[in-house]
Amino acid sequence: MANKFVQWMDERIPMTKTWNIHLAQYPAPKNFNFWYLFGVLATLVLVNQILTGIWLTMNYVPSADGAFASVEFIMRDVEYGWLLRYMHSTGASAFFVVVYLHMFRGMMYGSYQKPRELLWLFGMFIFLVLMAEAFMGYLLPWGQMSYWGAQVIISLFGAIPVIGDDLTLWIRGDYVISGATLNRFFALHVIALPLVLVILVFLHIIALHEVGSNNPDGVSIKKPKGSVPDEEKPKFKFHERFTKKYDIVDAIPFFPYYIVKDLFGIGVFLFFFCYVIFFNPEMGGFFLEPPNFQPADPLKTPEHIAPVWYFTPFYAILRAVPDKLFGVILMFAAIVMLALLPWIDRGKVRSIRYRTVLHKLNLINFVISFVVLGYLGTQPATALATLFAQIFTFLYFAFFVFLFFYSRREKTKPVPERLTS
Amino acid sequence: MSNAPVDKGRRRFLTVATGVVGGAGAVAVAVPFIASWNPSARAKNAGAPVEVNIAKAEPGQMIRVKWRGKPVWVVRRTPEMLNELTQIEDELRDPNSEEPQQPEYAQNKHRSIKEDFFVAVGICTHLGCSPTYLPAGMGDHAEGIESGFFCPCHGSKFDIAGRVFQGVPAPLNLVVPPHYYIDENNILVGEEKGQA
Amino acid sequence: MKNLLIALITLIPSLSFAAGPTVPLDEADVDLHDKASLQRGAQLYMNYCLGCHSLEYARYNRMFNDLEIPEELGQKHLQFTGEKPGDLITNNMSADSAGNWFGTTPPDLTNVARVRGEDWIYTYLRSFYKDDSRPFGVNNTVFPNVGMPHVLEELQGMPAKTYEERRIDGEMKEVYVGIKSDGTGRMTESEYDQAMLDLTAFLVYMGEPMLLEQKRMGWFVFGFLLVFSILAWLLKKEFWRDLK
Repeated sequence: MANKFVQWMDERIPMTKTWNIHLAQYPAPKNFNFWYLFGVLATLVLVNQILTGIWLTMNYVPSADGAFASVEFIMRDVEYGWLLRYMHSTGASAFFVVVYLHMFRGMMYGSYQKPRELLWLFGMFIFLVLMAEAFMGYLLPWGQMSYWGAQVIISLFGAIPVIGDDLTLWIRGDYVISGATLNRFFALHVIALPLVLVILVFLHIIALHEVGSNNPDGVSIKKPKGSVPDEEKPKFKFHERFTKKYDIVDAIPFFPYYIVKDLFGIGVFLFFFCYVIFFNPEMGGFFLEPPNFQPADPLKTPEHIAPVWYFTPFYAILRAVPDKLFGVILMFAAIVMLALLPWIDRGKVRSIRYRTVLHKLNLINFVISFVVLGYLGTQPATALATLFAQIFTFLYFAFFVFLFFYSRREKTKPVPERLTS
Repeated sequence: MSNAPVDKGRRRFLTVATGVVGGAGAVAVAVPFIASWNPSARAKNAGAPVEVNIAKAEPGQMIRVKWRGKPVWVVRRTPEMLNELTQIEDELRDPNSEEPQQPEYAQNKHRSIKEDFFVAVGICTHLGCSPTYLPAGMGDHAEGIESGFFCPCHGSKFDIAGRVFQGVPAPLNLVVPPHYYIDENNILVGEEKGQA
Repeated sequence: MKNLLIALITLIPSLSFAAGPTVPLDEADVDLHDKASLQRGAQLYMNYCLGCHSLEYARYNRMFNDLEIPEELGQKHLQFTGEKPGDLITNNMSADSAGNWFGTTPPDLTNVARVRGEDWIYTYLRSFYKDDSRPFGVNNTVFPNVGMPHVLEELQGMPAKTYEERRIDGEMKEVYVGIKSDGTGRMTESEYDQAMLDLTAFLVYMGEPMLLEQKRMGWFVFGFLLVFSILAWLLKKEFWRDLK
């Protein structure tokens, strides 16, 4: 019965074939470590965001008069509304946690290097769309932070010469942030951007499965056809799409081996996720900011405006520069640099395991700069904080500049032919 | 890679156990999504029982109140109106109120707790129009009685106890909502007596 | 690098203090399980605060239910304007007239505990002091120049900043020792502190009425995740034996 159904389906749609190519006969390097979990987790969080988002939309009122009250209505009057809302608000931050770790994994193991440049670029586009999605979503509760955060970020566009003022007016659709702004952000947040996001994620995965997954050794598991004796080949059957041109070594099928491993990883991740939802939804003011429990008041700015934590590294870069236009340029440059990594890193060795101490220190420098900038972005801009922001902005960009120069003639360690563990 | 024999039983047990536990988790996750479709506290409040003061109702007068967004009628019937109830019983579909269109305590000849006060949801059982109350002049629509309810939409006819006539589109008698007398002068519509 | 890190670590407290409050806050030891305390808090709120500060996102019957107040009793003693028990806890003050009386609209307080924190509320309520330069004759150390009268004066009495003569470095100096009531109120100092703790607890409840349910549910979820994770771990080990 089941077989007949599968056969019936397969004659009409490539069901079994898709399953095999992408899961049951997809050759995944056997040495994936902890860092390879975050792609799956990002997918999980994306599903969570879409589902809870759809459900929140059912009771949310996208208008300047009704938005704040409707969120409180969800929190208090709708059965389990508070849970759906906390799942969504926690999911937003969790998304950035896993995406940042996912990106860092790519930097560590050189996953952006040839032939995965396009895969990396799709990832960067996902990151950009995610930032836009989060920013627009944050306006929707129509609290004080929603309002003034949006005010500050939209004003950034005013720094663009000549068209700046007209552009900000156009984005807002009003002389201040208003119901018009709220409604267009709502439309983009619930329909347009999620659609783009899902398409990009699809392309990201298609690109990944075309070139194959990288691994902590950064060594390819694809060897020239006929170069590997049969007894060294894995005992598993991989789809001919992968074995037609190459001999695959040191690989295991994604299903069931990595699926069961990821299940455990998901279980552990959910501990953290549910801890926040049930015991600390505000996460000390980082996931939900206290001033946002007050309705938006266009006449009164909160004493201290800080964007949500996932924007603060870039926000700190913006504030570090005393010139408005140059600050905006530098902030976007910080993201563009990441996108250009495949071309900035001119090395041939992917994994940090076989690269120089200099490279390791440089990467540590990047991480520290990013974290410190993130912290500074949450703090008021005192003279001292601005000075530190300037130092670490310099170090952030220095990472890319150093990398560009030393990567070409880097004295790397010998890279093994095959995966090490 | 060795080819150690696979313990099939253990593998199957763990697969099923993880599947069952994971499935239970998925069902639990579905609960808030499903439960959030129930009426909210706001909707429940809007649908809360309504108190009707009947102290000033004259004989023959109708009081209209809104309960759960629908009109609820309280009609104080005159003795003449009550007399009519027995005269046209053979023309009615359900003269003894056997269909569950009323609570048990209103399943009687006059379809009410107290004889003179008739409480009903003012929605025609045909397609949801609100019939017109005719304290007099019902004779134009039905011979033998002077009072009743006439639905202007499709011509359904009800007697003064909300019982439907034969040969009209409406299939059932008018609905009597749950209600009780808080005291002599007040009716609570929307709740049974003793219900919290 | 190391020096830089040390410099940073020493910098962190000074940076965060820059954003901190100017007055040290007293810790409010709120217990949401203590329904009696919440009930007293509700009574204080309805009698002294609701006239100006609505709780417009919360409903009476939910509050009665959560605080274990029988609905009839609640309607009689806590509901003064004849609303239905399922209605929102609003008041009849219009924003315009409020603006005229106080110079500003008294804010809705449903979420105040989430905005300010419980310690802030507890300290604020106990930090009014006599200041004849202000329109209502009082000021507040936590919220300087607040446009609000000391509504609880009949309970606390009129408080004032008190100073003591103390010998410091051989010189007599006036030292600020805190706020003391003149004793004209109905409550003693400790009674007033307890009442303010009750009121604070009530506002904490108001901010997150689902908090107890939320945490209870959280423990169930943890229990489930523990079982699931152990099973998933065993399953992973079982499958990965193929690869040894």
